[in-house]
Amino acid sequence: MVASWLRDGRSGTLPRMDDSRQIALEARNLVKDYPGLRAVDGVSFKVPEGICFGLLGPNGAGKTTTVEIIEGVIGATSGEVYYYGEIAGSKFRQEAGIQFQNTALQDYLTVRETIQMFRSLYDRQANIDDIIEQCSLGDLLDRDNRKLSGGQRQRLLLAVALVNRPRLIFLDEPTTGLDPQARRNFWELVQSIRADGATIVLTTHYMDEAQVLCDDIAIMDEGKILTHGSPEKLLHARYGDQLINLSHGEIRRPNLEDLFLDLTGHSLRA
Amino acid sequence: MFKRIYAIFVARNREFVRDRSSLAWNLLLPVALVFGLSYAFDGQRDEYTVGVLQAEAQIDTSVHPFLETRYVRFVPYANIEDAMLKVERHQLDLLVEVGPPTRYWINPTATKGYFLEFALLQSASTSTSNVIKEQVAGKPVRYADWILPGILGMNMMFSCLFGVGYVIVRYRKNGFLKRLRATPLTSLEFITAQVASRMVLIMLITTVVYTGTHVLLDTRMEGSYVTLFIVGLVGAISMISLGLVVSARVTSEELAGGLLNLINWPMMMLSGVWFSLEGTGDTIQTISQVFPLTHVLKAARAVILDGATFTDVAPSMGAMLLLSAVFLAVGAWIFRWEQY
Repeated sequence: MVASWLRDGRSGTLPRMDDSRQIALEARNLVKDYPGLRAVDGVSFKVPEGICFGLLGPNGAGKTTTVEIIEGVIGATSGEVYYYGEIAGSKFRQEAGIQFQNTALQDYLTVRETIQMFRSLYDRQANIDDIIEQCSLGDLLDRDNRKLSGGQRQRLLLAVALVNRPRLIFLDEPTTGLDPQARRNFWELVQSIRADGATIVLTTHYMDEAQVLCDDIAIMDEGKILTHGSPEKLLHARYGDQLINLSHGEIRRPNLEDLFLDLTGHSLRA
Repeated sequence: MFKRIYAIFVARNREFVRDRSSLAWNLLLPVALVFGLSYAFDGQRDEYTVGVLQAEAQIDTSVHPFLETRYVRFVPYANIEDAMLKVERHQLDLLVEVGPPTRYWINPTATKGYFLEFALLQSASTSTSNVIKEQVAGKPVRYADWILPGILGMNMMFSCLFGVGYVIVRYRKNGFLKRLRATPLTSLEFITAQVASRMVLIMLITTVVYTGTHVLLDTRMEGSYVTLFIVGLVGAISMISLGLVVSARVTSEELAGGLLNLINWPMMMLSGVWFSLEGTGDTIQTISQVFPLTHVLKAARAVILDGATFTDVAPSMGAMLLLSAVFLAVGAWIFRWEQY
């Protein structure tokens, strides 16, 4: 299991690398202020190449703002983003694939035309048939974007994120609003992309999703990273072999939701 | 760079062409207006209008009893060539220069001129001995001939302002611009694609509508079709650029609609779409110069009605290009991708 460094927001422990993989992405002390609000408060982390990194937290924790600063979509008040050791710039734009939480596509365009249009914006281009097959869009190619279901739309948005054979993929709350089956199908898709060697940055407030997909996680709340590491390592560090006794008599092992509750005093879905 | 511009250009064209209601509106509105207004108003200028050749801006009715004739509108003209052109086209029923000797110009095929000539000659202080008559020949400019450039210009204005301004605001609001920003596409490439797309579409629509109405209504065309096309093209660029300024930062469709109407309505009323600005005050004329539509219509009517050449309309095109440069520079400077 890949574990980059552990950072406890409360104790201020400094990062310590224990993995030899190349660092694909690094955020250094990101801050984003809005009038009367600090949305992101000194966020730093590193993402080694080839892992699935999860940024977890409840709605309003600052996950999306953090990721959008890294993506270059919004500007930071301060802080830097590095991509393979260099300030994220044109190379990053060419090599990163992004699926936003909420995004619209052009009306009246078909699935095929949408994929083709986005593919034409990049110098690096994936094989269009491979993307269609990978995202199971074969039956939908001539369908108008407006006539897609929630799951179909998410698959198209993922396909759009893959048009440039990305080395780094951002998935922002990709399964929000999907039914359980569609979510599981989407997880399989993400796992297959990761198996192809891409680095993935996933933001989610679903703990089961993080536990299935992520090698490494950072838990955020109120614009800060509270803790960072592999899920197993974090749970073990906090609970050891401790079990939780639920009110109706059931006993189970602690999970990430329990960890978050312990760290912040409120639920992840608050 | 060109590959990215072309991709956005093609996608926007597809979006527009497949939106049947918008396409139909862009085609049917000008056609319906030209045919409807031509039918309703052609040949129904009730007023008797006489041009008075003089250097002063005010007409002194005491210098000649004819100038006191009731139910006739007397308009001063300083330039004889402009005034004679209007007599030629039946836009003036008579042109008079108070003497001695008193001279007048009349188009023998103008019915109102026939009656006004009687009135002039029978005015108390005049007689045939001290009046010199000049004849001017020419076909009348029908209302359809005059209004056609106005309607096409107005359609171009609506299409360029709303088709670019409103659409970009919608893209920004629904997050599509944000999605594009996450790609290697630059703002310059995006704006170029939008300008090019709307320019091609509006020129196609305008050409189709112009050709259809020109053929069916047999409207006047004294100049070159190529010059007219270039005037339309430059005009479209200037109005698209104006749309970009409005849409550069706005994030609300309601606000964008309000701002666009704030520009549309004065431009429609003060650019000479429905009536000539001739005879309006200096303030109105000065204000009208900041509207691209004023220059489009001035140049288009000069080509269509007067047979103006490319050189003749160069000042109007220069004004449009200057406005385009200013609008594009401001639009690119203040443009933003994101909603917040």
